[in-house]
Amino acid sequence: MSPLLSVRDLAKHFPVGKAGLSGKPAAWLRAVDGVSFDLERGESLGLVGESGCGKSTTARAIIGLHPPTAGTVEFDGVDLAKLSRRAWLPYRRRIQMIFQDPYASLDPRQTVGSILAEPLKIHDLAKPRDRRLRALALLDAVGLNPRHINRYPHEFSGGQRQRIGIARALALEPELIICDEPVSALDVSIQAQIINLLRDLQERFDLAYLFIAHDLAVVRHLCHRVAVMYLGRVVEIAPRDELYTHPQHPYTRALLSAVPVTDPDVERARRRIVLQGDVPSPMSPPAGCPFHPRCQDREQVAGDRCRTEVPRLERAAAGAREYACHLSGGPESGSSLHD
Amino acid sequence: MSLLEIRDLGVRFETHHGSVRAVTELSYELDEGETLGLVGESGSGKSVSSLAVLGLIPQPPGVVDAGRVRFDGRDLLALSPKALRAIRGNEISMIFQDPMTSLNPLLTVGRQLTEVLEVHRGVGRREARRRCAEGLGDVGIPNPEARLDAFPHELSGGMRQRVMIAMALLCKPKLLFADEPTTALDVTIQAQILELMGDLRERHGMAIVLITHDLGVVAGMCDRVHVMYAGRLVEVAETRALFHDPQHPYTRGLLRSVPNLKSDPDERLASIDGSPPDLAALPGGCAFAPRCELRVERCQDSRPLLEPVGADDRRAACFEIDRGTRA
Repeated sequence: MSPLLSVRDLAKHFPVGKAGLSGKPAAWLRAVDGVSFDLERGESLGLVGESGCGKSTTARAIIGLHPPTAGTVEFDGVDLAKLSRRAWLPYRRRIQMIFQDPYASLDPRQTVGSILAEPLKIHDLAKPRDRRLRALALLDAVGLNPRHINRYPHEFSGGQRQRIGIARALALEPELIICDEPVSALDVSIQAQIINLLRDLQERFDLAYLFIAHDLAVVRHLCHRVAVMYLGRVVEIAPRDELYTHPQHPYTRALLSAVPVTDPDVERARRRIVLQGDVPSPMSPPAGCPFHPRCQDREQVAGDRCRTEVPRLERAAAGAREYACHLSGGPESGSSLHD
Repeated sequence: MSLLEIRDLGVRFETHHGSVRAVTELSYELDEGETLGLVGESGSGKSVSSLAVLGLIPQPPGVVDAGRVRFDGRDLLALSPKALRAIRGNEISMIFQDPMTSLNPLLTVGRQLTEVLEVHRGVGRREARRRCAEGLGDVGIPNPEARLDAFPHELSGGMRQRVMIAMALLCKPKLLFADEPTTALDVTIQAQILELMGDLRERHGMAIVLITHDLGVVAGMCDRVHVMYAGRLVEVAETRALFHDPQHPYTRGLLRSVPNLKSDPDERLASIDGSPPDLAALPGGCAFAPRCELRVERCQDSRPLLEPVGADDRRAACFEIDRGTRA
């Protein structure tokens, strides 16, 4: 069976400024620059990377909020990028989204009941009376008190609001939910509640998640596979345990070594890979490998390949991992970072 | 004598919905060169208590209604705004979470930096510029001379945070309040800034109060940790003791609920049920009782005091923990 979602060479470039009378943009910001991955039914794929790496733009391009500049987004065999607005509608039901800020994504003037009934109304899925019953069941499914159905978003705490956002995404019984940083605005104790809820729901409703986050520890608890993005490209994609125990791409290794651990002994003893400099601007990405100006392993590659040639995402000799680095034998210290 | 000594500090805010208690009976001490972590979730009072020490609570609606704050022999709460201004940015500095909103977008970085030295140290422009370039170099900003003429928007987030740190350190303060200094930054940039802060602490020997919700950052940086909940301290301990053997049920729950890179990823995360209390309507007894797994009847009407646990200098506010002398 084909994968539920298959993204190939997805690109999204934004015009920046206007130059002269021609009306052509002065420059292009290459937010997403060739992203490919598959997502199976019931699977969760983490999309991680730092601000500006293009992870959110990738999500928005998939769901059609930003029409892609190039590439294909196949959902259940159909290329979504080619669909008309009208033809999109049935797919909106099958793909839902959860956002980072649960307050900004809920209408403050609607009761929870009406927020949850609205998608059913738009897609004409239930009679008015049944909609309310569905809303009650949804509240129960996400661990909220069904008796609060007539309350407004401001009457809930941050964690409860995120539960409402999740209930709304579930209302249409989607097959894929795109989660854009769903827990990063929440306090630690609440964050754990939401992570557990998302895991339970996945099992119960056989959901696929595309889970966008910058917190690698959170992703580890939710995802079967993880794709690491840097400057608009996927630099490594691997099953969870392979990625976390033996990261291959130099950027993945730096990223993992930078995550603080809640153990003073580990923290004091460890060697962090401290990257030099900042992420380059996506308006003028470096030639060759996008990571080369900050790469700690560049010296190990003969010649100036890193500066001139973009490494392709290739399957590693062993395992199910793919990564894009000229150091294809893998850096010597590919062992676990936290042993 | 301690560098900083806070006794029974209380802060409340008068709002349309009534009086909100942000900080209650907060006491702690800090020695020279020591790094203290102040942790807790949103609304726990960790930031407000620090702003109160610095005299930065907007009044109204804020009211610092109790307590004493002694810094280096002076009572900060009794000082005039003018006298306090002479201390702030000079002997006590601060770094805030968001470097974009803490820098003036209309002035060059150099103008904002030199002002600090001109005001506090009466240094001339040229000399101030020289010292500021030196300060930027110290925090790892390449080509510091040229950066003095940059505006904040021309710098990346990590660079702006470095500028804030350079500014905070210009007068070689004895005490630095760092309020979520790396929260807005990406992990690789956070790693750079933490290395830098560690370095500078060694060189200048200043004391740091690190306010954060990130327990991993605390584990790496702090000598001691204070855990706050609903405006009060609930546990106080040396860093290793806190992480290896947390006592208060809230601290334990908090540590268990942090997803990390070592735990079994297929296990459910432990979480703390419910949400933090409404500060305008705090429960009568222990504020954590409604969410606590060790709750007994008296937790609902009487409040546990912050009392010693075991032999080390650690304290926790809970009726249900074993206070015997432990090895």
